[in-house]
Amino acid sequence: MFRPAPRASGYFRTDYAQDLALVQTRAERVSVVVVIFLLAGFPFLASPFALDLACQVFLASIGALSLMLLTGYRTDFARPCRADRRWRLHHWNPGARDQCTVLDHAAGFPVSGMLLGFVFGLPSLRLRGLYLAVSTLALHFVVIYLGGEYETKRGFSTGIIVEPPRLAGFKLSDGRGWYFVLLIAAALSLIVCINLLRSRSGRAWRAVHAREPVAEALGINIAGYKLLAFIISSCMTSVAGCLFAYYRGFVSIEAFDLFLSIQYVAMIIIGGMGSLLGALLGAAFVTLFPYAIEDLLGLLPDVQKLAGDIFAVNYAAFGVVMILFLVLEPLGLVGVWRRMQNYFLLWPFKHRPLAGLRK
Amino acid sequence: MQLVVNIVVLASIYALIACGYVLIYRVSRVLNLAHGELMMLGAYLLLATASLFSGHLAMALAAAALLSLLTGALVYVFLMRKMTGEMVLAAILTTVALGILIRGVVVLIWSAQQQYPAVALGVANPSLSLLGGARISIWSLALVLTNLAVYCGLFLFLNFSRWGMRMRAAGQNPLLAAQRGINLHGVYALAWSLSTLTGALAGILMALDSGLTTSMPVIGLKAFPAALVGGLDSLAGALLGALIVASAEVLLIYYVDPLLSDVVPFLVLIAMLIVRPWGLFGTREELDRV
Repeated sequence: MFRPAPRASGYFRTDYAQDLALVQTRAERVSVVVVIFLLAGFPFLASPFALDLACQVFLASIGALSLMLLTGYRTDFARPCRADRRWRLHHWNPGARDQCTVLDHAAGFPVSGMLLGFVFGLPSLRLRGLYLAVSTLALHFVVIYLGGEYETKRGFSTGIIVEPPRLAGFKLSDGRGWYFVLLIAAALSLIVCINLLRSRSGRAWRAVHAREPVAEALGINIAGYKLLAFIISSCMTSVAGCLFAYYRGFVSIEAFDLFLSIQYVAMIIIGGMGSLLGALLGAAFVTLFPYAIEDLLGLLPDVQKLAGDIFAVNYAAFGVVMILFLVLEPLGLVGVWRRMQNYFLLWPFKHRPLAGLRK
Repeated sequence: MQLVVNIVVLASIYALIACGYVLIYRVSRVLNLAHGELMMLGAYLLLATASLFSGHLAMALAAAALLSLLTGALVYVFLMRKMTGEMVLAAILTTVALGILIRGVVVLIWSAQQQYPAVALGVANPSLSLLGGARISIWSLALVLTNLAVYCGLFLFLNFSRWGMRMRAAGQNPLLAAQRGINLHGVYALAWSLSTLTGALAGILMALDSGLTTSMPVIGLKAFPAALVGGLDSLAGALLGALIVASAEVLLIYYVDPLLSDVVPFLVLIAMLIVRPWGLFGTREELDRV
């Protein structure tokens, strides 16, 4: 499950600092710089629509990364942890807060996210596998109900309008500013995930994932690490939720239905279980998919007839894609990516030697 | 009195749906989260057959039932069979994806508006008075009776017929069952079609009673706690679980808050998962096997 990226031959690490470095070879350094330049240059070239898409992808990436943290590396499959995200948004009252800074919120939100993660995590101590997934499903409905109650009791019948955030007198409202904020947030969460997974906690999660009794015999506090996974994951999710609320400027209960949870699970499946790269790829795929379908439909002759059903077409196509990935490519987009990599690395040979190019 | 009638009707709905979950889980250890959608598909199939045989209620019903039997088998043969041997959770996610697909297709074909198959068939829905001034619509009564018939039928089928015994064997130990020459794929396909049929029956009767919209799968999902409260591999448990969930729901709606209706089953589910995760009549080792 956890594989170091394939490397060119002849690269040996000779001290711990090299081993710990995130970017190791010259080719990697070059590609990182190129990617940074591309990402930084993108908003100056792209149309506002493309910018909006990119922002959505970043938001989805944060969510998908946190879910991957929870499912890919931890013991079980906890599904709709998305619900906590929506709860977060309703948790707070936008009325009196327009002078508050983003930092204020950012400090408050993850705390309640953590609390909720703790609550969602409690069943994991007693249940596993299927039953755990079911318990999160049930909690999803409860949280939705609480959110709806909150919304109506406060007198917001259809949703809550969120003022654009201010940071030190600077008001964040244009697309380009959001792009950079979300890009940084996504990059930060990626780095946090990478480091969590290769540090003590990540090793503990992998041990618990592999076999619980053995992990316990090794002295790993299973209950603690299970709860920790839930807490960290929902904390990240709630950050994504807050950013989403600010970005859209409007929060409503309808935006956070079961389908959203399923979409996030689909991101992980389509991207590839147990891989952070997969979470990013899946987030991009699932977010862009409906727009791609819409464009494809535009190519068909009798568009007018289908225009009203675009939502249903999306739904059906999404189901088909999810089924295809589950049945034909369980490793997801990452599996495809790895195969391509292997093809070039091994060329002119077809198969890896038995002992393994990499373990 | 009306409360009791409401509870019985709702419990029958839940029980009829829940037995589909139980059948599939018991035989193949797969949790079919597309059950609500398959149920809705059954109801829409009735709509299709209603326009085909307008005026012939029995023929339309029989055709819809046959079609849903076929649908279940097709789902297994073309989709779930590919997932045997995969992780259980992958199989469950496949059913989720199937559910999304069915929803999209149904909206594409029949549109998202509310439909009335009863009108298309030209049947009325008078309500009957019962003891104590309670009233029940005739299709609800039909649903209660169908539910009883289905449970009796399943009991007889599983315990006394040859295929029922094969089904139980496959559920207990697939490897041994296969060694004894039981056609596992056949058994699984049969389980899927039976479960789709019972789900479709529930969907059809509900649609005849109160119309048909694309929000029906929510009811299917709400019936899931009934199956789990009773124990995912026990039919008798599903009946009792449905009764518990339905009475909790009806009573809380009546005495506390109507908005609670969507949450109550899941609250019951959470309570059950905390106290006794394997359900009232479920087998305890299930938990580790998953």
